[in-house]
Amino acid sequence: MEFFRDVNVDWLGKKWYFLGFSLIFSIAGIISMAMHWNKIGSPVPLGVDFRGGTQVQVQFQNAPNTNQIRQATEAAGIKDASIRSYGSAGTNEMLISLPEQQDESSLDAGRARIVDALQSHYNNPFTVRNVQVVGPTVGKQLEKQATLATLYSLLGMLIYLWFRFQLIYGVAAVIACFHDTLITVGFFALTNQEISLTVIAAILTLVGYSMNDTIVVFDRIRENLRLSRREPLPDLVNRSINQTLSRTVLTSGLTFLTVLSLYVYGGPVLRGFSFALVVGILIGTYSSIAVAAPMLVAYQEWRAKSGRTVVLPAAKRSKV
Amino acid sequence: MKKNLKNKIALIVAVLLIFVYGIFGLPSGLTGKALMDSLTKRIHLGLDLRGGVHLILQVVVSEAVNAETDNTVARIQQDLQTAKLTYSQVYKPDPARPDVIRVEGTDPTKASAVRSALDAKYSNEYDVSGGSDTAFTVTMKPNIVKALNDKTVQQAIETIRDRVDTLGVSEPVIQQYGLGDNQILVELPGISDLDRVKALIQDTSRLEIHEVVGGPYPDDQAALASVGGVLPGDEEIVHGSGVMSGGDSAFVLKRVSVVAGSDFRSADPGTNQNTGQRIVRFTLTNEAGDKFWAYTSANVGRSMAVVLGGRVREVANIKNAIRDTGEIEGSFSQEEVEALSKMLRTGALPASLNYLEDRTVGASLGADSIKQGVTAAIVGILLVMVFMLIYYRGSGVNADLALVLNLVILLGFMGFSGATLTLPGIAGVILTIGMGVDSNVLIFERIREEMRAGKVASAAVDQGFAHAWTTIIDTHVTTIVSAAILFLFGSGPVKGFAVTLTFGLLANLFTAVFVSRVIFDAHVNKLKSGEAVSI
Repeated sequence: MEFFRDVNVDWLGKKWYFLGFSLIFSIAGIISMAMHWNKIGSPVPLGVDFRGGTQVQVQFQNAPNTNQIRQATEAAGIKDASIRSYGSAGTNEMLISLPEQQDESSLDAGRARIVDALQSHYNNPFTVRNVQVVGPTVGKQLEKQATLATLYSLLGMLIYLWFRFQLIYGVAAVIACFHDTLITVGFFALTNQEISLTVIAAILTLVGYSMNDTIVVFDRIRENLRLSRREPLPDLVNRSINQTLSRTVLTSGLTFLTVLSLYVYGGPVLRGFSFALVVGILIGTYSSIAVAAPMLVAYQEWRAKSGRTVVLPAAKRSKV
Repeated sequence: MKKNLKNKIALIVAVLLIFVYGIFGLPSGLTGKALMDSLTKRIHLGLDLRGGVHLILQVVVSEAVNAETDNTVARIQQDLQTAKLTYSQVYKPDPARPDVIRVEGTDPTKASAVRSALDAKYSNEYDVSGGSDTAFTVTMKPNIVKALNDKTVQQAIETIRDRVDTLGVSEPVIQQYGLGDNQILVELPGISDLDRVKALIQDTSRLEIHEVVGGPYPDDQAALASVGGVLPGDEEIVHGSGVMSGGDSAFVLKRVSVVAGSDFRSADPGTNQNTGQRIVRFTLTNEAGDKFWAYTSANVGRSMAVVLGGRVREVANIKNAIRDTGEIEGSFSQEEVEALSKMLRTGALPASLNYLEDRTVGASLGADSIKQGVTAAIVGILLVMVFMLIYYRGSGVNADLALVLNLVILLGFMGFSGATLTLPGIAGVILTIGMGVDSNVLIFERIREEMRAGKVASAAVDQGFAHAWTTIIDTHVTTIVSAAILFLFGSGPVKGFAVTLTFGLLANLFTAVFVSRVIFDAHVNKLKSGEAVSI
C-alpha cells in the first residue's frame, strides 16, 4: 500500500496561502493572549502549579451541584473559592480552588477549610482525590524554569543545526519551531485551557518533534543540492518536500494516532498535555513544509536581490 | 556473512532476555499473579500513580545563624570579662541581620587589647572591624554563613528522614531541592494523611538544659524584680509548669544552653525504680559529656532546667557531677516519654520549616491514572502496529517486532535503573512508540524509493539503511536534547516523562536500525534471486 507515489505539488507556489494561514492563527492566538493578559495578568490561563494557591479535587458520591457547594463554602466563611467540574460528567468530580496565600506559613490552611466546609455544610459524601497547594515562591520559580527551559531548548536546537547544517538552516528551523510553539500556546488561550507543568513538557517535546520533520526535509534538500547544482532552488525545494512527503505524513500520522489515543483514553490528568501534542503535531508537520522550507528560498532570494552570492550549502559527499 | 548474522541474532536474543529480566526479575512462578508481583516490585511507580504526599519545605536558615551568633555574643562577654576588659554592651543591633554583632563602650585606651582578644578567638569565623572609637563590629564571614546554612539544611534533611522512617514509608525521597534556596523535597508514597505527616515533620520540640538563675516566680513581673528590673542580655525568662512549680510559673534562665538537642547520642524511655515515675534515660556525645562534666562539677548544689519546646519541663538539683549519662524525670505520660526519646534520638530540627508547596494524590486517583495510561498505551501501540502491517505488509512484521523489542528494552531500563514511572512517563512510552516508528518509516520509504529506481532487494535494503541513518541520528538528537532540558528543569512527573522518552529513543536506535536490519538480512538471505522484499 502506498499513499503518495510520485507526488508533484508546487508547495512554494502556495507560499502566500501558507503565510496567510500562519498569520491568521498566530494573530488570533496573540490577540487572545492579549485579552487574557488584560483580564488575568498572564497570556494564558495558568495551572495551579504556576499560579499558586490551593486546589482540591473532590469526588462526590452523588452528582454535585455547583451552587450548593458555593453555599457550603460561603457558609464556612470562604469568600473567594472558585468551583468548577472536572473530568467527564459521570465521575462527579469537582475542582475547588482558592487564590494564592501571601503568607507562606499558613499555606495549608485552605485545604482544611475547604474539606471542613464540605463536611459540615454539604450533604454529599466525598473523597479527596488530589490536593495541590503551591506557594508564591515555588510558582515563580517554576515560571522562570519553564521559560528558561523553552528558550534553552530552542537555543540547543539552533546550535545543533548550525553545527550539522549551517546557520541559515538552523535559523529557519528555529523560526518554524517558534511558530509552532506560538500557535500551540495560542490554542490554549483561544480554548481557555490551563497551561500546567506537564503542558510545558508537551510543548518542549514538540520543539524537538517539529524539528524532526524539518530536519528530514532539510536533509533531503541538502542531498539534492549536491546531486543537481543547476536546478533552480524553488524547484529543488519542491522536489525535496515531495520526496519526503510520504515519510512526513506517515510518521506524523502515526505519532498523531498515539497522541490521539492518549487524548481520548489518557484521562483528565493528561488532557492538557495530550491536547498540546495533538495540536502541536499537526502544526509542526505543516510548518516544516510550509514555513521552514520556503524560508530557505526566501533567504536565498533576498541574498540574490542584495547582490551577494546565492549558494546554499550542499551536503558533503556521503560515505556510502 | 552467514556466521556474522547468527552472532547478531544471538546478541539480539541475549539483549531481549536481559531486559525481560529487567522488567520481571526472577518471578516466583509463571502465573499471571506472580509476574505482576515481580513487575510491581521492579518498576517504581511515581507518586501520581501510587498516591502519596509531595512537599517542598524551606528551612529558615537565618534561625541557625541567629542561634550561632547568640552563642558568640555570650562567649564574647565571657572572654572580655575574663580578660578584665570593660564594655557597656555586646548585642545584635539588627534583627534582619542575625550575622552582625556589636561590641560597644569598650575602654578607648585598651582598644588594641580588645581587638586582639576578639581576633584571637573569632577571626576564623568572623570579620572584626572598628576599634577607632569605643565600638567594634563583629560580622560572620559570608562563607561561614553559607557553610552554616548548608549544614542546617543537611541536618534538617537528616532529622526529617529519621522522623519519616518512623512512619514506615517505603522508598521515601528526602533531598535538597532547587538551586541553593535552602529547600527540601519530601516525597512519601502511599501516605495520604497530610496532617499527620506535617505534625511529625514540623515538631520543633527542642530539648535543652539551661542553668537556672532564679525561680519559680508566679509571673514575669516577679521574675524581672528578682534580677533588679532589667533582664541581663545573657538571661531569659522561660515559663513552665509541672509538679515542681505547680501551675504556670516563670523562671530566669541563662540564655545559652548547657546541653542542646544535637548533644544527645541516645535516649530511651524507662521508669524510675524508686518513684515509679516515667523517665527518659539519655547518653551524651563525648564532647557534650566533657562540657556537661565541667558544668555540673562547678555547679553542684545549684539548679538546672530541662526546657522542651520553649517551656520548662523540669527543674533539677545538681547533686553531683554528671558526665555523659543521665535521666530526665518529670510528670510525663507514656506517649510523652516515648515521643521525647524519639525526638532526642533523632535530634531536633535545627531551624523551623516553611511549606512552599504540597501535593497529595489519593490512591484512587493514582489507580485510575494507571488504568487510563495503560489503556491509552495499548490502544496507541495497537493502532501503530496494525497500520504498519497494512501499509508495509511483510516489512510491517519487521517493524512491529522492532517496536515490541523497543518496549521491552524501555521497560527493562526502567527496572534496572530504578527510575520512576509517572503518568507523564507512560505518555512518554506512548510517544516513544509514535516517534520510534519514525525510524522504520524513514528506512522503509527509502528502500521503496531505491527499489523503484530498479535496485535488487539486497542493494535496496543496503541503500535504504545507509541513507536513512544520518537523518535518524539527527531526529533522535533533537528530541533527546529537548528531553534532557526537561530532565534538568522539570520536577517529579515531568522528569519521569523525560526519562522514558530518552530511554525509549535510545533503545529505538538499537531496535529500528540494528535489529530491523538483521531481520531484513535474514529475510533477504532466504529470497531467491530476483525476488522482491515485501514492503
